[in-house]
Amino acid sequence: MIAELGLAALWLAAALAALQLVSGVLGLTERGSVLGGVVRPVAVVQGVLALVAFCCLIYVFAVTDLSVKLVALNSHSMKPLVFKIAGAWGNHEGSMLLWVTVMGMAGAFVALVERRLPEPTMLATLAGQAFVSLGFYAFLLISSNPFERLSPVPAEGNGLNPLLQDLGLAFHPPTLYLGYVGLSIAFSFAIGALVTREVGPAFARAMRPWVLGAWIFLTIGITAGSYWAYYELGWGGWWFWDPVENASLMPWLAATALLHSASVLASRNALRAWTVMLGVVAFSMSMIGTFLVRSGILTSVHAFAVDPERGTFILGLLAINIGGALTLFALRASTVTEGERFALVSREGALVFNNVMLSAILGIVLFGTLYPLLAEAMGAKVSVGPPYFNPMSALFAIPMLIVLAVGPLLRWRRDKLARVGKALIIPVMLVVAAGIALVAIGGVPLLPFLGLALAVGLAWASVLPLRDRNLRRTPLPVWGMVFAHFGIAVALFGMSCESAFNVEKLVAVRVGDVTEVGPWGVKLDTIEPVAGPNWTALEARLLVRYGPDGKVTRMLPQSRSFWAPPQQTSESALLTRWNGQLYAVLGGEAEDGRWQLRLWWKPFVPLIWIGGLLIAFGGLLALIGRVASDVRRLIAKDKIAYRHERKAQLGLRP
Amino acid sequence: MTRSLLSLLLAIGLGTALPALAQEEQSTAPYAYRQLDNPAEEERAQALMESLRCLQCQGQSIADSDAPIAGSMRSLVRERIAAGEDPEAIRSWLIERYGDYVSYAPRITSLTWPLFAVPLVLVLLAFALLRRRFGAKQDGGADA
Repeated sequence: MIAELGLAALWLAAALAALQLVSGVLGLTERGSVLGGVVRPVAVVQGVLALVAFCCLIYVFAVTDLSVKLVALNSHSMKPLVFKIAGAWGNHEGSMLLWVTVMGMAGAFVALVERRLPEPTMLATLAGQAFVSLGFYAFLLISSNPFERLSPVPAEGNGLNPLLQDLGLAFHPPTLYLGYVGLSIAFSFAIGALVTREVGPAFARAMRPWVLGAWIFLTIGITAGSYWAYYELGWGGWWFWDPVENASLMPWLAATALLHSASVLASRNALRAWTVMLGVVAFSMSMIGTFLVRSGILTSVHAFAVDPERGTFILGLLAINIGGALTLFALRASTVTEGERFALVSREGALVFNNVMLSAILGIVLFGTLYPLLAEAMGAKVSVGPPYFNPMSALFAIPMLIVLAVGPLLRWRRDKLARVGKALIIPVMLVVAAGIALVAIGGVPLLPFLGLALAVGLAWASVLPLRDRNLRRTPLPVWGMVFAHFGIAVALFGMSCESAFNVEKLVAVRVGDVTEVGPWGVKLDTIEPVAGPNWTALEARLLVRYGPDGKVTRMLPQSRSFWAPPQQTSESALLTRWNGQLYAVLGGEAEDGRWQLRLWWKPFVPLIWIGGLLIAFGGLLALIGRVASDVRRLIAKDKIAYRHERKAQLGLRP
Repeated sequence: MTRSLLSLLLAIGLGTALPALAQEEQSTAPYAYRQLDNPAEEERAQALMESLRCLQCQGQSIADSDAPIAGSMRSLVRERIAAGEDPEAIRSWLIERYGDYVSYAPRITSLTWPLFAVPLVLVLLAFALLRRRFGAKQDGGADA
């Protein structure tokens, strides 16, 4: 019953999206202008209906209604409630429903609150949003119905991969989806502005909070995903340029570029065509990411060819949306002028440089991710991994980071380097000092060497925009920028340290043996069996000590065996100090009663994720600052209108 | 798939490790889970292992994989490094046997040249874009 209710809500929502599209388009013409009035209410109801459908799905998962095929395939009656609920979106159909729900709710929100843009632009924006949603509704209803029934009803469900029964992972996909979908709103705004030829600062201001919000979620999602891979997969790596990771990085790169160019457009009315183009590209990257992850093409091009329905559908949507947007862009390109001019040495100039470099990195990641698929389709297999991506992206990232240190200090429109030169003396000296120190240490490879030296200078330079400012009266977006840029320096430092100073030790030890890794002494104290709710494990007790006279601490890495489905995982143990992390993994039993231990000492590695969080926090500050000033302006406008009204009424009375 | 695994194991001369194909088994090759005693050699071996692909699992290097085949390949890499062989020579040897797929560092071949052409094109494009934006109409302020 609840499942049918959900399905009905989904069909209704799809029908309303169609209505929203038609009335939005007709509302733009003279004859159909009456229809324009229904667009906003329809968008709101459509969002609510999508939410109802999603709640229905959560309900059938929460009560484990095994007559629903999706539940039977992906859940189990004995799972903890939180994982039952998270299971609702831990599969293809559920995650696509989550996608349209978030998209519908975002559209509803835009329809409710956005009043700064001219009404025709809003109609075109909401029609564009409806067009994109309609594609996804069709995808759900035609090829991935989440509410499909199963007969006969099985006695028990299939369960969920133990690796996925982890809180961090339960909330990782929704975070990324919020980011992806936020970019769909930016895309719709770009379409709306193109259709009505209103590409200007007002459009950038309306779009900016959505880009910022999407970017914050993407940043958090990538950071959390990276940390999850680091502690859960048990091999101590934090980024592998895997296609799935790249699928989340590409929208982030595009959103970062879009964020910066939108701020140029908002405050300087420049970079109009470029910003619109980036709005289209950013959402394209979200869709490409979804396609890569959801179509199964990554496992093998051939697996995709055997069951191509879903992949082809997403690919079709991609082609229609992106092709359509690009055609529109080409048609309108002549009417969208570049906007205000500016000199190379200026705030805008630095931001353009940042945009070009980010786009180039995006191009490399995109091409490097897709090329193995292309090659496989042509009958050859190649692998593209870190040895390719690291130097190729550094080629553009390093100049970008240098400009990042200077750009925020420059004035808009035109400036002289000599004016800001003095402020940069200390960061440059820091870079040189770090370089000398690293040469003295010796044996640091080129990329981490450059990364470390740059990170030190950048950390200093990133707070320079606060100099000569009254800190109390500094606007929140400026604080946000400082935090985010500082976060980049912090993360860069962590990454470079990890690749330069990592110490790995692989040993087979008896109980009682002591081994050394970096500054640590590690003693295998005992090995004991332990049991959990659906697993048994061997647990090692390690007594570790930093330096010769440090405090002795316990670490408890496990080697776990799950029985449904049968699978072995290793639970790593981590010990964090201010200057790094000790990482321990218990391997198998070697011959003659010795045990395999894999130990790493990773100096400053937590800075990678602390940096990521700082970046997201900077974004949050900027978002709060922007929204607060928007709200203040709205309230002020209302007050003025109210005062006028009162005056008019008072004037009428006598 | 299975055939390529078998051929790999046979090629490395580890026919005895065949029963280790089951997922939970560990490789019994001597240097699968043992580091070389010489730290400089181990570092070179580690760098090479991180850029070689495990042929059995999804997107992991042999340094990160617990699959038996990855263990055998680790052992092979370490033994050859210890014998004084050049890392790139070992990579070429592996590529010759198992194809380009085994190496995460693509070589420039008739198949992979676009991978290296694209960054070059991007550099030129970025340069052209910046130049068009700032080069044409120098109005005095652009002094860099």
